[in-house]
Amino acid sequence: MHIVVCIKQVPDSAQIRVHPVTNTIMRQGVPTIINPYDLFAVEEALRMRDKVGGTVTVLTMGPQAAEDALRRALTFGVDRAVLLTDRAFAGSDTLATSFALAAALSKIGREFGEPRVVFTGKQTIDGDTAQVGPGIAKRLKLNQLTYVAKIVAIKPAEGEIVVERRAEGGMQTLSTKLPVLITMLEGTNEIRRGTIDDALRASRQEIVTWSAADAGITEVAKCGLKGSPTIVKKVFAPPPRAEKALQIATADQSMEELAEATTKAIFKRRPKLEEDLIRFSAGP
Amino acid sequence: MTEAEKKPPASSGRAGTRKELPEHFKAYKNVWVVIESEMGAIHPVSLELLGEGRKLADKRGVELAGVVLGSDRATNAAVAAAIFEHGADRAYIVADPALEHYRNEAYTKAVTDIVNTYKPEILLLGATNLGRDLAGSVATTLLTGLTADCTELAIDEEGSLAATRPTFGGSLLCTILTLNYRPQMATVRPRVFALPAREPGRTGQIIEHPLNLAEDDIITKVVQFVADRHSDEVQLAYADIVVAGGLGLRSMENFQLVKNLAAVLGAEYGGSRPLVQKGWISSDRQIGQTGKTIRPKLYIAAGISGAIQHRVGVEGADTILAINTDPNAPIFQFAHLGVIADAIEFLPALTEVFRARLAVNRLAS
Repeated sequence: MHIVVCIKQVPDSAQIRVHPVTNTIMRQGVPTIINPYDLFAVEEALRMRDKVGGTVTVLTMGPQAAEDALRRALTFGVDRAVLLTDRAFAGSDTLATSFALAAALSKIGREFGEPRVVFTGKQTIDGDTAQVGPGIAKRLKLNQLTYVAKIVAIKPAEGEIVVERRAEGGMQTLSTKLPVLITMLEGTNEIRRGTIDDALRASRQEIVTWSAADAGITEVAKCGLKGSPTIVKKVFAPPPRAEKALQIATADQSMEELAEATTKAIFKRRPKLEEDLIRFSAGP
Repeated sequence: MTEAEKKPPASSGRAGTRKELPEHFKAYKNVWVVIESEMGAIHPVSLELLGEGRKLADKRGVELAGVVLGSDRATNAAVAAAIFEHGADRAYIVADPALEHYRNEAYTKAVTDIVNTYKPEILLLGATNLGRDLAGSVATTLLTGLTADCTELAIDEEGSLAATRPTFGGSLLCTILTLNYRPQMATVRPRVFALPAREPGRTGQIIEHPLNLAEDDIITKVVQFVADRHSDEVQLAYADIVVAGGLGLRSMENFQLVKNLAAVLGAEYGGSRPLVQKGWISSDRQIGQTGKTIRPKLYIAAGISGAIQHRVGVEGADTILAINTDPNAPIFQFAHLGVIADAIEFLPALTEVFRARLAVNRLAS
């Protein structure tokens, strides 16, 4: 069974800083990583392959440098890596991204066999939209299973899958037919360490690299900025609040005195809060 | 509507820069909110969106409508009555057994059908699991723009929806427009907007729409639904008092100080994103743009520096008390009360003062 995982190379957002004066992003030296949520998708794909047989292909769209993310994925034991890279994709919003990835997935199907399951992470840590997965599913007419916590059963012969997905206020168990697109919830598994063989293979393996034309995309107007219905009008730092924090502190106070002053300041600001607290809070 | 019809007139420019809306989109009018409800219980985010949608509709001089999906006609009517009292002028109702539980196929078809029939200019959904699952499918089917997890919605000088959301991992905000496509879609997280006041007796118009989808045509089946016994999600987002900790607590053991204060105050507790990454708290207790958005009456942030990612999650709080050793920590830019102290020393003292004060006053009252 052919399983494809869509991953994204993202800047390690924990290490991004905004320049204090110019309010611009300081990207220099910020390391890139595989989107952490995608690692759960990669692991789940490998587990599925180990269980039912087949191959796992990872796909990413990005600049040439995104090859690093693919090579990292190969070290986990993924069988094949495809990089979709073209200047035509620059500035893609989620609709344009799902168009390009869907085209690449179709090409992957023609070249390496139809994917029966496509995995993604639940969202990326840079865009945080959770829209690209559903977008790909809709374009390729795959059954869509988002926020999946567990693969309960996979039966390739019957073309069936059963999953648990996190729904509003509870856990849904859903059954559907292959092919499907699954977005994996975080914390559902732990990415494996690949074997030494995997690492050796990853360093030597050729990464399949496709331009828009290679992927069979003729409608370039549906890609990149041109193909993006949303436009960024402005980027800005949030304005400081007019009301400055009232500092409750003097050098000589003990912690007890400081705490006393703090509760007084809270209840002075919101007298009704104390009444509510007395009525509802836990007893001593 | 076919894809060819949806394309704006040929242009050499980028999609977003044309000012003249393509002719076939000019009929799109009104502001809609997709209402999430479970057996008649409306998700608070839907009411919050009605409150904000009302402002957008008034600014545009158009109607506000809610889309109500469910299996039971009477339940849908009750939901419609509730949304009228929260500001909607109209309810588009689809009642069909296939809509009993959320399933992407059925819900996507219902929403896209009525959008194509009644043509709203703005379509808003909650950034819940349901709303995000549905919004991505609807936007792709309609080939329109969708802005996720907005923190602010406005109508700009040219009448477009200006949707503001955090970007670059929450370091900056950006405002996004969908100029040449309709509807303009956005999702908003629970608690970003305040609940609108209820106007008892306010009514509106109901329009029923068929689903035209047989159960046999829906490939995905719901085998089981196990409700959460306790939903942290709702409890934290809607708590009156929240105590949260950050890396300033220095160790997982010290996080107990946050829980102790929360217990005395009858509050919920949470933490900043690094604590989830370190495994000190579970991800459903994360507060901030990628976690929960909260609007409590009192928010106590202990040892949290206050990156924008965190700020957008707590800005709606009525009173923010920040405790941090660094007087230059960004949290003091948006806190109302600030204590420059080590949270590890200060939290036990604060907990004791609250405990004593509440005990004494409880006896007196």
